[in-house]
Amino acid sequence: MNKNNLILYSGILIFGLAAPFLFPAFKVQLSILCVLIVLATTWNIQGGEMGYNSFGNILFYGLGMYLCASVQVGMFFPLAEWTESGGEKTFVHTPAQFFQGMAVGLVVAAIVPTIIAGLIGYSILGLRGHYFAICTLGLGVAAGEISGGIEIIGAGQGFTTPPFPDVGSLEARGEFFYFLSFFTLILTFIAVRSIYSTRFKLILNAIRDNEDKAEAMGIETMKYKIIGWMISAFFCGLAGGIMGGLVGYIDSTDVAFDGREMGVFMVLMAILGGKGTLWGPIIGATIFHIFKEGFWTFFLGWQYVALGVLIVVIVIYFPEGIMGWLREKYPERFGEVVDEKDHKAQVELK
Amino acid sequence: MDFMVFQYPMITVQACLDGILLGILFALIAYGMALQWGVMNIINIAQGDLVILGGYIAYFMYLYGIHPAWGVIVAPVIMYFLGVLIYKLVINKVVDRDLFISILATFGISILFMQLMNFAFGADVVLANSDYGTTMLFNNNVVLPNSKLFSAFISILFAICLVIYMKKSKLGRAIRATAQNARAAKILGVDTEKVYAATFGINAALCGVAGALISITFTIHPYMGLPYTIRSFMIVIVAGLGNLPGVAMSGMGLGVFEEFADYILGTEFRIGSVFLLLVLILVYRRFKLSRKREYLK
Repeated sequence: MNKNNLILYSGILIFGLAAPFLFPAFKVQLSILCVLIVLATTWNIQGGEMGYNSFGNILFYGLGMYLCASVQVGMFFPLAEWTESGGEKTFVHTPAQFFQGMAVGLVVAAIVPTIIAGLIGYSILGLRGHYFAICTLGLGVAAGEISGGIEIIGAGQGFTTPPFPDVGSLEARGEFFYFLSFFTLILTFIAVRSIYSTRFKLILNAIRDNEDKAEAMGIETMKYKIIGWMISAFFCGLAGGIMGGLVGYIDSTDVAFDGREMGVFMVLMAILGGKGTLWGPIIGATIFHIFKEGFWTFFLGWQYVALGVLIVVIVIYFPEGIMGWLREKYPERFGEVVDEKDHKAQVELK
Repeated sequence: MDFMVFQYPMITVQACLDGILLGILFALIAYGMALQWGVMNIINIAQGDLVILGGYIAYFMYLYGIHPAWGVIVAPVIMYFLGVLIYKLVINKVVDRDLFISILATFGISILFMQLMNFAFGADVVLANSDYGTTMLFNNNVVLPNSKLFSAFISILFAICLVIYMKKSKLGRAIRATAQNARAAKILGVDTEKVYAATFGINAALCGVAGALISITFTIHPYMGLPYTIRSFMIVIVAGLGNLPGVAMSGMGLGVFEEFADYILGTEFRIGSVFLLLVLILVYRRFKLSRKREYLK
């Protein structure tokens, strides 16, 4: 890690730690931003690096959301009665119960989707290209429809997650969720960054560039594909668990398995920032979130129209993303050696 | 869980008949999907939303006192021009690119349409009542609304017309030539750009017909588009591109499957079972092909 990087990282860290106190009104938005960055970064592991464009990471996100909330409730109270009472709070978590439940819930929310990803990975990852995309889209929507029919987790009427306990301060809820999501973000960033400096990333890139050749070179592509998918699932589940507590209410198709919104947002954020780069999804998610909140505030009601147009414009005119554009503009910054003559010739050709 | 379906054979007959009549409609939508997939190599996620839009055209005619069956004529005309417009604005930029780009771009169109329809027509489930009455069969044990028979008849009629048009007309020949080899067709003087626009327009028109029929027979809702896309995708991958009898058969099969899923699992799992079936079919094909060291392309 060189000096510039060190300054950059510590600057971001300090900003991140100070942010909830600098902008107390935006705590919830900042927490959502952290979750979005986690989702975009981990989508990028198999979407960008491995070339397996998935609409189905929403499956793990939604699973994590339901699992975390169910464990948090189920550890102390009967789950069926909780969901039946709906908004009426017949049971109240003490602070200790709430935090214990949240901790165990998040662990479960991260582990179970990972295992599920491993189990279904062998079947699903054998599909390629657009078949994989459509199949995962189907998985996400099917999960939403099916969980909407299961009584114990609230079926169609939704599931209220445990409300934050009274610990004396009004600001405590926002700060707790902000730091929880911020540390998840740091964890994700460190994990992804260290993955990207290993052979594993090169294997993923080989699979993206030409899977048959990678296999012919003796790489067990299926094994690495499943591992990459499981890493995504781990962080998606974690992000889902946090988001469930943050939103406070889980609905099967509108919050948890929201393939039309969150499932597409992940893809869009990664593409906007630049697929297959470390910083791309982070930049993309930040810009996307700012734009989205702007739309949501100023074009109330028209936000989905704007979103649809935005998707079409980004995909058609900007498929390389911001990082791809920067890379073409300033290749030296990305460690690519540019031959002046060659570069000039290419510019002239264009 | 409801096992009535096994105890009363008449329910089985009812489900099969309903499923077949429904499946013919699905096959019509899937035919449009196969057409654009085969010719332009794009997968259109907005297919279902075009269907719903066609349904709203018929519904609007019904609101203004015109019999909704006329929607079968009006909807395809409007939808054809809308399809050409969408092609000119968006689709022509994704034709030669990665399939995933077309999936995402049409996903954007789908979200756009969904929301515009929600604004224009409201989020209620609506139905254009055709007043066709019902037919009773088997000692009044099986109820068949005449509107379903009408919709199946019209779908078959349109499919036959389209097949003949594809075989005989100049444009049809150009479309088939472009599907076989776009470059060679271009060299031999086919204006492929025009062919693509016409193909997308025809697809949208087919969706318009199917939508108008759906609004007469069943119900429509702005957010109901995606299941129709998935159904047509599923029918196309089971039947294969350019296999018309296969499309018809697998469409009917899907219709029957859905009716039985509806009876046995309950209505709340109907859409979920369709999506799960898609996943299962893809996984089955994947394992079948992997024995030969191949994969779905």
